[in-house]
Amino acid sequence: MAIHLSPRRVAAASLSALALCFAATASAQTVLRTVPSSDLKIVDPIWTTANITRNHGLMIYDTLFAMDEKGVIKPQMVDKYSASPDNKVWTFTLRPGLKFHDGAPVTSQDVIASLARWAKRDTLGQKMYEAMDSIAADGPNGFRMTFKQPFGVVLDALGKPNPLVPFIMPKRVADTPADKQIDEMVGSGPFTLAKEDFRPGDRVIYRKNTAYVPRKEPASGLAGGKVVYVDRVEWVMLRDPQTQTNALLNGEVDMLETVPSSGYTGMRTNDKIELVDVMPAGPFTVLYNHKVPPFNNPKALKAAMLAINQEAMLRAQVTFRDFYKPCASIYLCGSLYASDKTGFYTGKPQFEEARKLLKESGYDGKPVVLMLPGDAPALNKLPAVYGQLLKQVGFNVDVQTTDWATLVTRRAKKDLPENGGWNAFITFWGGVDASSPISYSPLTGNGDQGYFGWPVVPELEALKTKFIATADLAQRKEIATQIQQVVLEHGVLAPLGEGKAPTAVRRGTITGLLPSPAVLYWNVRKKTAP
Amino acid sequence: MLHFLLRRGLATAPVLLIVAVIVFLLLRMTPGDPAAAIAGDAANAQDIARIRAQLGLDASIVTQFVHWLGQVLRGDLGYSFFYRMRVTDLIGQRLEPTLSVAAVTVVLTVLIAVPLGVLAASQRGGRLDRFIMGASVLGFSVPVFVAGYVMIWLFSMQLGWLPSQGYQRIGDGVGPWLRHLALPCVTLAVMYAALIARVTRAAVSEALTEDYVRTARAKGISEWRMLLRHALANAAVPIATVIGLSVAGLIGGVVVTETIYAIPGLGQLTVDAVLSRDYPLIQGITLFFSLVYVVVNLLVDLSYLLLDPRIRY
Repeated sequence: MAIHLSPRRVAAASLSALALCFAATASAQTVLRTVPSSDLKIVDPIWTTANITRNHGLMIYDTLFAMDEKGVIKPQMVDKYSASPDNKVWTFTLRPGLKFHDGAPVTSQDVIASLARWAKRDTLGQKMYEAMDSIAADGPNGFRMTFKQPFGVVLDALGKPNPLVPFIMPKRVADTPADKQIDEMVGSGPFTLAKEDFRPGDRVIYRKNTAYVPRKEPASGLAGGKVVYVDRVEWVMLRDPQTQTNALLNGEVDMLETVPSSGYTGMRTNDKIELVDVMPAGPFTVLYNHKVPPFNNPKALKAAMLAINQEAMLRAQVTFRDFYKPCASIYLCGSLYASDKTGFYTGKPQFEEARKLLKESGYDGKPVVLMLPGDAPALNKLPAVYGQLLKQVGFNVDVQTTDWATLVTRRAKKDLPENGGWNAFITFWGGVDASSPISYSPLTGNGDQGYFGWPVVPELEALKTKFIATADLAQRKEIATQIQQVVLEHGVLAPLGEGKAPTAVRRGTITGLLPSPAVLYWNVRKKTAP
Repeated sequence: MLHFLLRRGLATAPVLLIVAVIVFLLLRMTPGDPAAAIAGDAANAQDIARIRAQLGLDASIVTQFVHWLGQVLRGDLGYSFFYRMRVTDLIGQRLEPTLSVAAVTVVLTVLIAVPLGVLAASQRGGRLDRFIMGASVLGFSVPVFVAGYVMIWLFSMQLGWLPSQGYQRIGDGVGPWLRHLALPCVTLAVMYAALIARVTRAAVSEALTEDYVRTARAKGISEWRMLLRHALANAAVPIATVIGLSVAGLIGGVVVTETIYAIPGLGQLTVDAVLSRDYPLIQGITLFFSLVYVVVNLLVDLSYLLLDPRIRY
């Protein structure tokens, strides 16, 4: 029997078939919904040192080098590289086939422009460019760096995982002045982000970059093959911890990047949820104001450090023993440069010695202002306990509660505490920040030009310069240990030990999360309901 | 009438200007530097100073205010420091969830509260009246966050009927939109219904004591007709006033509800803006809220004309 089909019917049938195909494709999409640790507000990773913006950068951009699970820097966009024996000339060749999201190939000009913009903002980048004689293209895929003096930490700079990360952008974007935020979000990374996918305060949608060519090696930390197994990753902004938990239990989201200690007990015993140890611990530190009394007096400063009881402070803040670890090293315990040579500082209270030193310092009893960020649940118990410990030594302590926005403003003030200044505050660092002397921001000894607290320790700056010049690991370890001793001796900071928060996923649904300084979404598989 | 509208329109300008000045000054007096928040934790003082200069925060307060006021007069609320989007676009983006919550809540509230209030007034002093008023005290006293979490626990976690969080745009379908609004709107409606039921009861009860009611009863009118056509109609003005204020409050941001249910509305936007000291955004939202209150009040006043023919402007 012959069937007659009019052109209109054929067209309608074709459209229906297309629609069905599209619907099938759409429904087959694997969408991973996750709650990030904070809201993404700024999308230019060279503009801010906020971790969430770094994490956004890791989604859409790629890097020349990257740090693997063991902390070793490995080539990422780079195919081959070499350094002269004196560490003065470094040459690099890019992997073939690298493309930006708009289809344009990644060239050495893009790399040079991206590094130039990054180096205007990043401290290590600035040091690298200060030491550099020239950076020049060597064909479309190669480039060469020539230094005036030996520069041994080129790979550490190009593969640094902590903000600001030297992400590679198209030249037209990277040519944006470093003091102006970029408007175009085009990278060459494993995910893409269109402007219409950015709904600030609500959700950010990343799509799989189907043109991305991963490295052949298996993924490890931030290095290796960035193979994406989901079609879409949605960052869902949920602020309230209970709402986060409910959403995870209900299957409305697949994972929570970090679980606060308050939610740990409930989640640990819930058979629908699995807690995964993805991100390394990070250290809590006290920073002292070296410009005003009493901590401009080395004896008073040392007395304050001897009052520290890491175990008591960490227990109050983190609550669960499996999530904190006392550690007197300024570097992350177990990391490459961690050392037990901590001199007088043990992280355990030495009240008698502290009282003696305080008396010798001539402390006049004026209130010591310790700032407490009331709206930062990950930090706000430490100052209260430290305040009590300082009182036990003989300090007159004034713990002043503010919100975090006020604290970060106030810490830049160099005035006396009675005029709106401060004496001490406590903060938290990502483990990767604290794993090297060149990535740990508060390790400065250059006074007013340095980090808040403004210690003047020329010896520390000299050691950092020495560290930067060498690529030899054994020498570096020795210098890093000396840096630690100087930092503790001069009270540049006082380590309070380490804490961490686990990642929570729906049990049996999410696999492939990689141990890394940030939660990564390549290598992750989501089991969809049949 | 035209004179009234003109007068109210002219009165709006100074109100908004006063609000603008107060909010602007309060923000500058509050500690906390947006530049420091933008720069991130590892930034140094030089970076923060650079960002301050770029945002224009190093200029004098007068210069900043004049610049901002000039923008506002041109209908431009400026750019958010953080999101780098127009404040008007950000408000527009968040308006749909907030208006949806407000609209559905008000409809639910009126549907629940007015009949209950009328019923309670009709049985004044009786068991039903005591029960409804007791329930309204409970509804009004239970904090929104408690009611919210209980609703989520029951309808979402235990029964699995409704999502526990999030908002679905109406463009994605009315069904999903209503499903996501159900719990937050019921949570809010419980509180607002308790308030409006009490006002309705009081207003209708008072109307029931009036002479025209006695006359109507003497004429043999049915009790229900008398309640609805006479008493309720005459009690409508205070009820409309409370409903109007509720609408303004709902649009002004129901922060707790939006937080519990993760609704990306104006309440959440306000909290985010305040915590990060996003001055242009806070100023823009505040002006918008002030305008909402002015407009809603005007509409309430106009509604009196319809509800009570004796009123003239």
